[in-house]
Amino acid sequence: MKALVLKAPGTNRDYDVAEAIEYAGGTTVLLPLSELRERPALLLDYGMLVIPGGFSYGDALGAGKLLALDFECFFAEAVMRFVEEKRPVLGICNGFQALIKTGILPGAPFERHTFTLAQNARGNFECRWVRLRASTSNSIWTRGIEGFSCPVAHGEGRFASSLPNVVESLRVAGCIALEYANERGEPAQGSYPDNPNGSIGDIAGICNSDGNVLGLMPHPENAVFPWQSASMPGWAEDGALRLFRNGIEYARS
Amino acid sequence: MDMATRNFLYRIEVRNKGSGGPRIEALQADVRALSMGTLRSARQIALYFVEGEIAPEEMNLLGLFLFSDPVEQEFRWEVVGQGRSEAIDAGGARTGDFGGAAAAEIVSLAPAEIAGAGASSPRVVEICRKPGVTDPVAIEIVRAAQELGVKGLKRAATGVRWELEADWLDEQSVARITKMLLANPVIERWEFGEIRPVFPQESARPVPVETYDIAAMDDAALIALSAERRLALDLEEMCAIRTWFAGAGRAATDVELEMIAQTWSEHCVHKTFKADVEVRGELWQKDAAAGAAGKLENAAQPHSPYPPVVHGIFSTYIKKTTEEIAAPWVRSAFVDNAGIVSFDGQWDISFKVETHNHPSAIEPFGGANTGVGGVIRDIMGVSARPIAVMDILCFGPPDMPEEELPQGSLHPRMIARGVVAGVEDYGNKMGIPTVNGAIHFHPGYAANPLVYCGCVGLAPAGVHHHEPKAGDRVIVLGGRTGRDGIRGATFSSMRMDGSTGDVAGASVQIGDPIVQKRTLDVLLAARDAGLYDAVTDCGAGGLSSAVGEMASELGADIELEKIGTKYPGLAPWEIWLSEAQERMVLAVPEVSVGAFAELCSRFGSEFWDIGSFRGDGRLVIRMRGEVVLDLPMEFVHKGIPQKRLVAEAPVKNRGQTTSLPKGAPQKVKKRGLTPFFKNVSCERIVRRYDYEVQGGTVVKPFAGPEGDAPQDAAVLKPQGTGGAWGIALSNALRPDYAEIDPYRAAWAVVDEAVRNAVAVGSDPERIAILDNFCMGDPNDPAVMWALLESARGLRDAALAFGTPIISGKDSFYNEYLGPDGRRHAVPPSLLVSALGFVPDVSKAVTSFLKSPGDSIWLVGRFEPSFLDKDAAGAEADLGAVPGVDPGAQVVYKALFEAMQAGEVAAAHDLSEGGLTLALAEMCMGGRKGADIVLPPSQEPAGRAMKECAASPLGLHGMVRDLLLFGESAGCLLVEVRAGQDEAFGRHFGEEQAFRIGAVSQMPVMRIHDGDSEILSVSISDMLKAWKDSAGEVLP
Repeated sequence: MKALVLKAPGTNRDYDVAEAIEYAGGTTVLLPLSELRERPALLLDYGMLVIPGGFSYGDALGAGKLLALDFECFFAEAVMRFVEEKRPVLGICNGFQALIKTGILPGAPFERHTFTLAQNARGNFECRWVRLRASTSNSIWTRGIEGFSCPVAHGEGRFASSLPNVVESLRVAGCIALEYANERGEPAQGSYPDNPNGSIGDIAGICNSDGNVLGLMPHPENAVFPWQSASMPGWAEDGALRLFRNGIEYARS
Repeated sequence: MDMATRNFLYRIEVRNKGSGGPRIEALQADVRALSMGTLRSARQIALYFVEGEIAPEEMNLLGLFLFSDPVEQEFRWEVVGQGRSEAIDAGGARTGDFGGAAAAEIVSLAPAEIAGAGASSPRVVEICRKPGVTDPVAIEIVRAAQELGVKGLKRAATGVRWELEADWLDEQSVARITKMLLANPVIERWEFGEIRPVFPQESARPVPVETYDIAAMDDAALIALSAERRLALDLEEMCAIRTWFAGAGRAATDVELEMIAQTWSEHCVHKTFKADVEVRGELWQKDAAAGAAGKLENAAQPHSPYPPVVHGIFSTYIKKTTEEIAAPWVRSAFVDNAGIVSFDGQWDISFKVETHNHPSAIEPFGGANTGVGGVIRDIMGVSARPIAVMDILCFGPPDMPEEELPQGSLHPRMIARGVVAGVEDYGNKMGIPTVNGAIHFHPGYAANPLVYCGCVGLAPAGVHHHEPKAGDRVIVLGGRTGRDGIRGATFSSMRMDGSTGDVAGASVQIGDPIVQKRTLDVLLAARDAGLYDAVTDCGAGGLSSAVGEMASELGADIELEKIGTKYPGLAPWEIWLSEAQERMVLAVPEVSVGAFAELCSRFGSEFWDIGSFRGDGRLVIRMRGEVVLDLPMEFVHKGIPQKRLVAEAPVKNRGQTTSLPKGAPQKVKKRGLTPFFKNVSCERIVRRYDYEVQGGTVVKPFAGPEGDAPQDAAVLKPQGTGGAWGIALSNALRPDYAEIDPYRAAWAVVDEAVRNAVAVGSDPERIAILDNFCMGDPNDPAVMWALLESARGLRDAALAFGTPIISGKDSFYNEYLGPDGRRHAVPPSLLVSALGFVPDVSKAVTSFLKSPGDSIWLVGRFEPSFLDKDAAGAEADLGAVPGVDPGAQVVYKALFEAMQAGEVAAAHDLSEGGLTLALAEMCMGGRKGADIVLPPSQEPAGRAMKECAASPLGLHGMVRDLLLFGESAGCLLVEVRAGQDEAFGRHFGEEQAFRIGAVSQMPVMRIHDGDSEILSVSISDMLKAWKDSAGEVLP
């Protein structure tokens, strides 16, 4: 099983996530978007699709928006097939933003253009460690994980929607994969800095109703090696590594 | 009317559905801070302009897919200008229809709502970039529109609209708010009401080359020419040029003059550091006094430490020091764009710190942005992958009243905000963690902010090539060349005045980090494939400097018209001198050009093949066949006359011997605990930098159980390297020390940078340092004296610590001549940055307290003194800079051994605020209390006690404050694991380490003097003061 790590212009956590996946036992190939654009069918040679964090196209006109446009214009068909065949897809940070803006997340039955990752409530980019709680969801990525800690590093990560009662609807559909939590592992209830960006329902990560596609703002790929949490006593758990292992195991099955 | 067949300019407004938001609150706070009153409300609306043959349904598509976020925003569009009268019949309204939008919330706004008619009509100001200023978003709009199938869209621009409401607002106050807080006239223009973008004039007409018959000019004409073209050359230098052209028997072209001026600029050739410096006055007195005090032994001389003439500060004090230390792990010092060391033999670590002061003064965002971008390119220029960024920022006080501002300067708040945003933008977007830095405030920085940007790189040992070969192609990779950043090298070599912002507009650069990210991807792939013989970055001086340096031996043939430009109409000298960002120059063998081209297409990067290296040392530049420059590189690089400067100590510094300022302790006594909280948490700034990307940040800027404990240095485990090793990064800058005593200040900053690196677990025998001097006008003998003293202190300290200096940079003319005729110079500012080797990152040490029951030790020679003007009072301008114990290195080695043995749980250096603040930071970071007994001070503070005894407070009160808050070099507080006291103590010699207390169960910091408790503060009170006051102090 090989994982395709897609490298758009401005992607910058491509090596981070590739290292994490390799450490978790997987194999990765970094592919520039230009090559996938020429041959979209290449995608179907891979068992997993990873859209890493970064600033694709410099976040011009909104984070992830122009990358989402590339998805629609150049390889919509291949990606839809990949998703429908229930192969695992992981979008982290900028990748999550792109998945939301293409409408792949949360996906049916939810309508496109009704969700967004908007500017953080405090208005700034912010880098800090957060605690995450894996909710009961359909996600194959968070199976057996209670929670874990890892950094966030984004300016546009406030999960928002124009739909009424949307948190409840997402929960019922099994789409809320990860929530921001406090030090007792309970939902942050919107309180800063446990919920660092003001996301509704403390939502940090969303999956589709089939559970194979996961998007999340935090960076589990920066919390797998022992030195990454060494100066953060009390924050280290192995959930971040297990998330990648889950994806690899699922892809192999 | 068929819209699709006609060319129009369209205006799109995108506004948030909600009101308020953090940006609005920040504006309201800033307006209050300017004592202007309260803004009732404010709205920020994004503006986009697109021009071309675009159908209405295409405009709707663009609005929905590109310009707005349908969940939180709504948009409207209209035709601007001529097309306005031709109402668009699309959905019946002049504004665009929103049919086809998937979300129901997208609504059209009636024009009246926006025009703001009625009683509470807001004041409107709209801001656009000036033509030619880089606008990455506009470039993406054009590209994305093509992708969406909107083929008729030709060009785009962006802007912002502000709607402000308050009863007191009039045109004048709106103009003031705009100028102070919203727009920068250097890169932006603004109008009340609707603005129209201005695109660069597309004149394809070739711009002629001007020639100057310089051989026929008299001295006055030479001076006038230097001023007219802003060459920043003095008469002697102009005469050297005249002599050469007289010999050549021809006139000089503007390209030639500009290239010589750039190459000979202070920024590029460092003439001050190479100058012969005549030393005048009584320099030895002070030093003899230090010798008498029994300190700085190896520096103290019974006579002047200087010869009558110093032949080059750089070679005498800096280069020589590194040669004498001769550390076997130094691979390259002062040769390449960055210093290079190899701690493990397999990997080369490169390190460079640059300054970008002048550009940041006039355009803070762009200046800092391109400062970071530039130093990252320095690292790319040694074929390395950038793995960390650091930034040290110096601003005027954020609460400086407007009337005290040097005329024509931006307010420190606006400068600070822009600079922080600029650093954030570049490092984050390139995916390089910003892991270390500092912020300093001083009134001397109000007109001259200092922006030090550092970058560290990693490369497999020995992969960097820097020898171009005759016949190699000259390849420019990355960004396009434009009129941005013209004459930056000479601009930064001049003093600024009130009009600098106007005339220097063209020297402002705006960065595009994503272009540089693509350039980096190509460069590393080309390196690994062995496709080039040499590489360098385009920084100050543009291609003139980059190609000039690369071709300094071989010479080159260049065809200017082959260089990709952002727009036509550039003069040949502008193309050659442009400091447009994100460009690298490579020497690529002819056979490798094809493979190189493939890499560029793979990563979506542009390149231009602009000529070839010759071999005879001549540089010949042609523009469409016409020769516009023909010079021997020998003259360009070596024809500059030797500069002579004078150094003389200012009166106040002659024979200074004070070790303790009179009256200092009373002041501190009155202030009680306040000096304690002079330092505030920098979280609100530092968290805006991504310090986690690349996954190697071991000791983070903030760590600890609550993730908010600041650390003395960063420790990194570079991605992709095996083994357990890592590196540490730290910095030190003490303008307050340097104002008093630049020699001791240099010792103190070397010590502090080294000590910070040691505190996190660096091997004290494998630390390299960088020096960055920022000073005023070197023609002022007092400035030269401070420079000389700083350089000598740097050398003596580096020798004492055994730390080679591997790279450095100097920046002069950090001085501002106000319209009032007053000169505003920065205090002498020597930044020392340290790069340490951490043999095992699992043994890295953090600063916060870990476990109740552990011991707290004080290590190092503890002899605190007061110095800062705050504490010493305005009348005592000669405080005492703490002297560094030249034997401190022994203590650091002992501490390192203890750390390797696993005996140390935490360590933190004593710095500003002395022992008490250091302990407070350790307590707050770990949410643990501590209980200590004040240690005795060592000599010569004992001598100072006699002075204390004579004060009205009496011996006891004064000494106690001195011990609590006085500053001392060479000391650290160490938490030693329970049961390890004996083992720990054995590493140290007599009087080098004292157990002074323990980590306590109670969350309270207690300090005793003998049996009596003199200080008791709860951790929560400390935290509140430390965090809550940050909002007032930091921008």
